[in-house]
Amino acid sequence: MLKYLFAKEEDIPPGTAAIFFGFSSIVWFVLGTGLGSFNAAKLAFPDFVTGIELISFGHMRQVHVLAVILGWISMAFAMTMMYITPALGNTKLWSEKLGVWNCFLWNIGLAFGLFLLWNGVSSGREYSDMPWFIDLVVIFGVLFPLGINVWMTIKNRRTQGIYTTNWFFGAATFMVIVVFLVGNMPEFFNLTGLTEAYLTWWFAHNVLGLWITPVAAAISYYVVPKVTGNPLYSHRIGHLHFWSVVVFYSTPAAHHLMSAPLPEWLKSFASVEGVLILVPAIAFVSNLLLTMHGKWRMFVENVEIKYTITGVLLAIPLNMQGGFQQTRAINWYVHGTGWIVAHAHLALLGFSTFLEAAAVYYGLQVLLRRKVYSLSLSNFHFWMLLIGFSTYWISMTIAGLIQGAGKIYEVPYIDVVIAEHPYMIARWVGGTMVFIGNIVWMYNMWMTARAGTPIPAGRLPHELAYER
Amino acid sequence: MAFREYKIGSRMFAFALGSSMMITLYFPSKDIASVQATKTALNRQLSFGRIGGFSVEDPFLKGKGKPVTVFLNKDPKTGQPIEPVTAYVYPAGVPFPSGLRHPRILGEGVKDLSLGQGRIADAKEGSGAVFVVSEAGFNGKTLSYIENATATRGWQPGEAVAAAGDANSRYIGSGKIMFVREGCWWCHTLLPEETQDWQYFGAPPMLGDFNGESPTAFGSDRKAPDLLHVASRNSSREWMTMHFYNPRLVQTHSIMPRYDYLWGEKDAAGNKIDYDKWRAEYNEYVAGKRVYAPEVPQPAAESEARMLIDFVLALK
Repeated sequence: MLKYLFAKEEDIPPGTAAIFFGFSSIVWFVLGTGLGSFNAAKLAFPDFVTGIELISFGHMRQVHVLAVILGWISMAFAMTMMYITPALGNTKLWSEKLGVWNCFLWNIGLAFGLFLLWNGVSSGREYSDMPWFIDLVVIFGVLFPLGINVWMTIKNRRTQGIYTTNWFFGAATFMVIVVFLVGNMPEFFNLTGLTEAYLTWWFAHNVLGLWITPVAAAISYYVVPKVTGNPLYSHRIGHLHFWSVVVFYSTPAAHHLMSAPLPEWLKSFASVEGVLILVPAIAFVSNLLLTMHGKWRMFVENVEIKYTITGVLLAIPLNMQGGFQQTRAINWYVHGTGWIVAHAHLALLGFSTFLEAAAVYYGLQVLLRRKVYSLSLSNFHFWMLLIGFSTYWISMTIAGLIQGAGKIYEVPYIDVVIAEHPYMIARWVGGTMVFIGNIVWMYNMWMTARAGTPIPAGRLPHELAYER
Repeated sequence: MAFREYKIGSRMFAFALGSSMMITLYFPSKDIASVQATKTALNRQLSFGRIGGFSVEDPFLKGKGKPVTVFLNKDPKTGQPIEPVTAYVYPAGVPFPSGLRHPRILGEGVKDLSLGQGRIADAKEGSGAVFVVSEAGFNGKTLSYIENATATRGWQPGEAVAAAGDANSRYIGSGKIMFVREGCWWCHTLLPEETQDWQYFGAPPMLGDFNGESPTAFGSDRKAPDLLHVASRNSSREWMTMHFYNPRLVQTHSIMPRYDYLWGEKDAAGNKIDYDKWRAEYNEYVAGKRVYAPEVPQPAAESEARMLIDFVLALK
């Protein structure tokens, strides 16, 4: 990588930045899920490595969250943007060199930020835990260069229209910068009180709603038609998805603070808008599932489609939960319980991760011109992820319902802790399965680069038979 | 191809996103900015200081640059007995909280009383000041306001700390830094909910209870009891000390981590703490080879454990 940082633009092979981003994202995924598994072990067995500041739960929990969001998910996004945006514009990436620098600064900045966070240098605001100078690095060293590359590539396209995926990419890279700038204002300007509390959740909500969800969906708008060979079922429904994300998903931030003393009109408004999240969700899911028409055998036979469609199917329970759990009728029961933790993992580890994993699998094969090293290991990775995640989700949902019952029946809290214990162990088992699956994935992709079957020019990876 | 052909689309996008920002940012900020600070908010921000997380004055979250809360029962200037009062001592150089820097955020009435009778505009960070929370009538209503006792009563920071002594001093602001740094808020919320928590965790906070405080650290993922009113349920310093050192000494089924490392090198008597010995003896106790658990060392006056306990016992 270092040799490309100071190379001339024309000397850098196309796809270099995407490959670096792809492998970086996998490494961060392994680190992030490893930390998650370790944290889960501490919740299940509190005296498992204890009494040391740097490996106490409170120092590591936020490192897990941000390593996964900014390392795995966002870097996988950057990887897909670096190869899908030019491919859909029938052109080259605007600047491969900027992309390589972007990847370099991203890794350095994130590693430094997480190092500080691990040592306790925190702003004390959930999801925007990084101190403000790291936020500035993220905005101007990471997100802005990424946005420039995406916007300029779209501008220099050699196609007449802009495909759905690229609307989302162009808009989401812009919106995430706005979200970071506005959401971190409490740190930049020392805003206090409910303004700080509200903006913390405004940020957390919109990072999910205007960055992670739309970009993950945009990826599958590319992968499914590309791999199945079917055209997208409907561009109109794609329009509906895009506009309803911008209008409905950007407004319900206050539903995260449903039981806090915010103005009542704001909570009611957020709750109504929150239900309307079902509009983009239904548009997205139906569009993708209808695109699969006549190609459903690929759901079994093809790894990328298996991942993508699993992610799309997981969007159904995700949005059914998300749309309704934030209404006053339900929120009072599940607020602040493990149910929400399960829901967050359904969004990031279920829905989103499966879509990105497909795109990283597919993209690395295309860019390296090599067929994935082992189908068996890919399938192993898939099932470890799916079974591990399901174990986690089911156990935390049950734990959340126990907590909710404990809350309304005024059970002494320690009895809730005791009742949750088996589910804490199940959560640790599930998380560890995901972690092991990811180590296998890292090995598989490394071996793909080293020893995968070369793909002849003009062929796509999924057209070749697997050899192992 | 230029963006030109997407003229309508990009304007629609700007309109859609702009409207949603208007509704979710501008209107709420107008509403929240007009909230009047309660007595709770004044006490909280005066005891916490400027920022409870990363800040320039305390970049490594060691609890530096924070005020000291003292309980006075004699006038620090004259030495005469007075009605017991809680005073917030800001030694020279300690940054003031937002309510003193920007009195506007205290809201109508509280701002006017603090600036008028309270004379908070006379307080300077460079020379330090002592503040108390007082009450006065404003437009027929009794309101709490911040009083700059250095200007109104002539109390100097050094005198106030000396008059109170260590037994009546609390490092609440530094303790909040520990609360944030050690991630207590990942499991313990500071927000009894407006629906079902009333009986068990106490009253939910009011709209004006947080003016001037940052971060609010409400917490979202509750795995442990809410702490907003914990000191009203349990105000025992001995219990807290044992619980922080090893929660399973007082609550067998607790999944809370041990915070014994906050004790630092030495205990209150100045003796070196032998953690290995303590842990070995505790393991024997757990295995049934000892009848009693080993004695928990008393935290030193300057230790981080003391700060954290001061903070938790101030949550009433």
